[in-house]
Order: sequence, then C-alpha cells, then structure tokens
Amino acid sequence: MAEIRNYTMNFGPQHPAAHGVLRLVLELDGETVMRADPHIGLLHRGTEKLIESKPFNQSIGFMDRLDYVSMMCNEHAYVRAIEQLLGIEAPIRAQYIRTMFDEITRIGNHMLWIGSSGLDLGAMTMFIYAFREREMTMDMYEAVSGARMHANYYRPGGVYRDLPDSVPLYKESPWTKGKNLKRKNEWREGSLLDFIEAFASDFPSKVDEYETLLTDNRIWKQRTVGIGVVSPERAQQLGFTGPMLRGSGVEWDLRKKQPYAMYHEMDFDIPVGINGDCYDRYLVRIEEMRQSAKIILQCVEWLRANPGHVMLKNFKVIPPTREEMKDDMEALIHHFKLFTEGYSVPKGEVYAAVEGPKGEFGCYVVSDGANKPFRVHMRAPGFAHLSSMGELVKGHMLADVVAIMGTLDIVFGEVDR
Amino acid sequence: MMSASNNLAAHLEECFAGRIEISRSANGQLAIQLPVDLWLEVAHTLRDDPRFAFSQLTDLCGVDFLGYGQSEWQTKDATHDGFSRGVEGLGPGRFDWSGRPEASEIKQRYSVVVHLLSITHNVRISVATFAADEGLPMVPSLCDVWSSANWYERETFDLFGIVFEGHPDLRRLLTDYGFIGHPFRKDFPLVGNVTVRYDEEKGRVVYEPVEITPRVLVPRVIREDSRYKVDDIDKAADEAADSLAPGAE
Repeated sequence: MAEIRNYTMNFGPQHPAAHGVLRLVLELDGETVMRADPHIGLLHRGTEKLIESKPFNQSIGFMDRLDYVSMMCNEHAYVRAIEQLLGIEAPIRAQYIRTMFDEITRIGNHMLWIGSSGLDLGAMTMFIYAFREREMTMDMYEAVSGARMHANYYRPGGVYRDLPDSVPLYKESPWTKGKNLKRKNEWREGSLLDFIEAFASDFPSKVDEYETLLTDNRIWKQRTVGIGVVSPERAQQLGFTGPMLRGSGVEWDLRKKQPYAMYHEMDFDIPVGINGDCYDRYLVRIEEMRQSAKIILQCVEWLRANPGHVMLKNFKVIPPTREEMKDDMEALIHHFKLFTEGYSVPKGEVYAAVEGPKGEFGCYVVSDGANKPFRVHMRAPGFAHLSSMGELVKGHMLADVVAIMGTLDIVFGEVDR
Repeated sequence: MMSASNNLAAHLEECFAGRIEISRSANGQLAIQLPVDLWLEVAHTLRDDPRFAFSQLTDLCGVDFLGYGQSEWQTKDATHDGFSRGVEGLGPGRFDWSGRPEASEIKQRYSVVVHLLSITHNVRISVATFAADEGLPMVPSLCDVWSSANWYERETFDLFGIVFEGHPDLRRLLTDYGFIGHPFRKDFPLVGNVTVRYDEEKGRVVYEPVEITPRVLVPRVIREDSRYKVDDIDKAADEAADSLAPGAE
C-alpha cells in the first residue's frame, strides 16, 4: 500500500475568508485538519512603540486604527487609563455619550461580524442586510465627530464636543432621488439624538429580519452547530472574553461586573450560551444587539433631558475653547502649553479595561511622570481568541476552519497592533 | 469590588508574607512585585488556591525600563539664552543600558507584567517581576499554568527578547520572517534599521539600511511640580462650570 502523507497547505494571507492578513499553515489529513499554525504580524505597525514617542493625547487616533470596527470602545479604554492616572473623571453627560456610542459601536461591530461571517458561510443576503444598517451607525459617527470610522472623539476628561443639532442629509443624485431620497432622509431631519432614537427603536425589528435569514436556516445550522466547541473551563484558560466566553456559558460582562461609564444605571441583560459552539456564539451576539439598542434608548432619554458640559474645565489637561483663548491670557498660555508639550501624567501604572464588542479591550499604561507614556500595552481580545485557533480547528474539516474563523470575530488591526 | 480586593491583599499577606511587595495602582487595583524565582510558585498558588482562583490570564507584557524617568527638556533651571533647554542624548533610544544616566531608581531593565482575573471573586491583580540578567533576560514560562500565556510570551520574546524558560514553542510572532533585533527595546530606533522595497532590476524585494533620521517633534518632559494634579480649586471650577451650563438646574 502506498504511503500516505499529511498535506501542508497555506491559508491566506490573501484569502477572502481570512478576515484580513492571516496566514494559516494547515496540516491536512485528507480534508481533516491535523494542525493549524497561525502566522500573524503582517499588519504589525508597532503602535505601542509609536505611542511612546508622542504626547498622550496624540495617540487617541491610534486607538481607532487598532480594532477598526469598534473604534470608540478602544478609545474608551485608553482614555479611561489616562483619566485614572490623572485622577480626573469626565462629566456625567460625557459618560452618557460614551455609553451610548460604545453601544452604537457594538451594533456596528456585530453588523460587520454577522455580515462577513454570513458571507463566509454562503449567506450572501446577510451581508447586504447588515451593511444597510451599519451605514447608519457610521453616519452617527460622522455626525458627531466628522469621521465615519476613525472618530478620535473621546478625550481624557470628556468627549471632544457635544452632540450636534443636525445630521448631514442625503443630496439628490441620479441614484438617490424622489421617494428613495425622502425615505433615506426621513430619520435625519431632526437632531442627532432624534436620528439615534429612530434607529434604535426600529433596530430590533431589523434583528428579527436577520434571524429569519439565519436562526432556523438549515445550512447555517449545519455549518455552525457543534463546531468549535469550547468548555467554560477551557474558555477561561485560553483567555476568552466577551461573546466567546459568554457563548460557553460563563456569565461575565465587564459592563455588569465591573461597570464603567454609566453602565451601572442601565437596564440590560447579558445573554449566555449553553453549548459553547459557533451557533451559540451567534445567538449571543444577536441578543447583544437587541440589548445594545435598549441601552441606547435609555441614554437618549437621559441626554435629551439633561444638557450640560461634555468636557471638564480643568485647563491643565483640557484645552480652553477658542473663545476663551481670545480674551484670557491664562487660557492662551494653557492652550499653547497643551498643544506644544501636552500634559504630564503622574508617575504610576494602570490597567483599564472596557467590554469591547469582541471582548475585553484593556490598556496598560506605565507613566514615569512625562508628557509621553513610558509604555503602553493594549490587551486585544482578538489576540487571545486567535491564539486558540490551533486548538479549536484540530480535528475539524477544512470548511469548518472558515466557520471558526468567523466566530472568533478577529480584526487584524488589533491582533497585530 | 474594593472589599474583595482588600480581602485579597490580606490573603496574599498571609501566603507570601515578606516575600512579595504589595501595592495599589492608580485605580485601586492590587499589584504585586516579586523576585523571579518565585514566579511559578506564586502563579500556581494564585490559580489553584480557592481564596484567589485567578482562572484567567488576561494579559502579559514586557516593559523595558531603560531611560525611565529621563527627560529631554530641562525643567529645573531657566536659561538666559533662549531655546537651549533641550537636553542632548537623554531620551530613551539615545543610549544603551551600560551607558545609561544614573538618575532612576530602577535597578533592573526588563520586567514582565501579568494581569490576572478571578471570575469567581470578580477581582483583578497585576503581577510583575524583573528578569535577572540584562544580557539574556530569562523568566520561567507560564504556559503550563494558563494556556493563554503562550502567544503573549511569544510576543514578548519577539518584541523584547525576554526568553521564557520552558515555553513549548518560543518563535517570533509579530515581526517579519528573518527579522533581526527586538523592536520594543528602548535602544531600538523608532524608524527601525532596515527598509524594504521591490527592486525592478533584481526582480525581487531588497532590504536596505534606513535613510530617514529619527527626529523628535515634541520633547519628552517630566514635570514634577505636580501642576497636573487635580486639586480642590479645579474641582470647584468644574462644578461651577456645570452649574452655569445651559439648562442645568
């Protein structure tokens, strides 16, 4: 009988289902995966070293570029770390805005996840449905910060500016006109809060639509049920957080267990899975989207009723407004110092974490008292999740590699940093 | 959460009295510092002892303390001759460990910091140690204690050159195949050493020394006059601003 040898195959780095630049070296026995060795780092930009060379505030923009589908959550972790080192706390209105935008981000992230992992498993329509709504979360980003993705909106001591009274409208074009134009602009006529409220109230019905496409779909279930099963003990050992951990039945959510911003005021539930397979993690994420919409509505209600400041007035950390600068010498000096030198952060180290859409996004900052951080390390959820890849795919078929990669919800911006 | 962490401090004191240093970080989280030979023992205790039950290693990273507390800008004495307060060659990356200015209280260079999470007790802790040798820093691997340490240790080895003894597969993780050096060490230049481009004539990718020179846009300044500490005056100003805000009661 002829000798049969295992077959080694490269998956990626230019593979559409690799969700970016992942090179996966697979050792196959027929179609069964015997060993998987992910090679990462193709998107390594040395963010942590770059941050060491810049004043604290100039690195907020780097955070958007880490996990580039959950931008504001990353900013939140970094900004919170600095705030804790400085011993300041953002005004309550800013905290509500942060809570609201964290949840908008979560919806945006899960939408990309459900769209792309649906696409990977052959559900083309899912992608188009999900991106229809994701577009609106990007519009909210645009309205509040001017950028559709890399918002750079949070600051130590608050958020950059208050919510605007208007939302950019669609203009008439050969593709958007008449009834279509009217429909698209319907929610955008009022303020940003009106837009967000209209979106969040309607969103659960959109999630129902997604569920009609996937939840009972025979093909979807065949591809995900019983695939990539992780026990709760293993999930903790492997450093899983977020939906990956909750999918295995561990009830752990930083928003509930170690609340930050205004989460302790919010009424929401944490969904958990039972079996710890890809399908359970899908159900967890679906339910999370509904809960996010619920949180957003609570924030909108509060924000409507309580106008106020969104930034501290501490000029040692937060620059004065243009107006104040024009007639106050002190303000001018503060402005100059803040934009040439930045602020110095007291000596110390801190680890601040937020519940990002993908899991725990943590930021470890060491300061030696300078205007630049001495060392910053980002704890990216995707990094821990991807490191378990070898264990998860072992013994599965080649096609399941794609399903498992989808369920990990990895973005290479944060894995490679 | 605070009471859980107080209990934890008491339990730690009970278990390792005198052998570890316990402190708190800016947000009240416990941090312990221990000699490298206790590394594995403490890790096992923290995981297995039901009083701790740190079932998850959330994060592991290296820190290079070269240049800690060094400023590139003189803040003490004002000068008469204008813009000459820049301090030449004192920023990180401008000197190596043997030529470092003696200004810092840090006596050892490479540190490994681990962040642990106990889901049972809902408490976090950070555990840090210094590697003994500057030439070949070595720390025992935590792979057998927490599986998630695997990639974090590979990353730290790649970026800092800290060797984790007993790691099953200590390969580079993030840098390019065939990369030389450990980029996150403070004496590794920010712009790197080599640049890569495609050569039309040779028909392949070539590596060349970098042409750009590093430059500092904002010098590193350490202010020790605690001007940035928030005091009661600032707090009062913030409150006054809040009460003046439109619509506030």
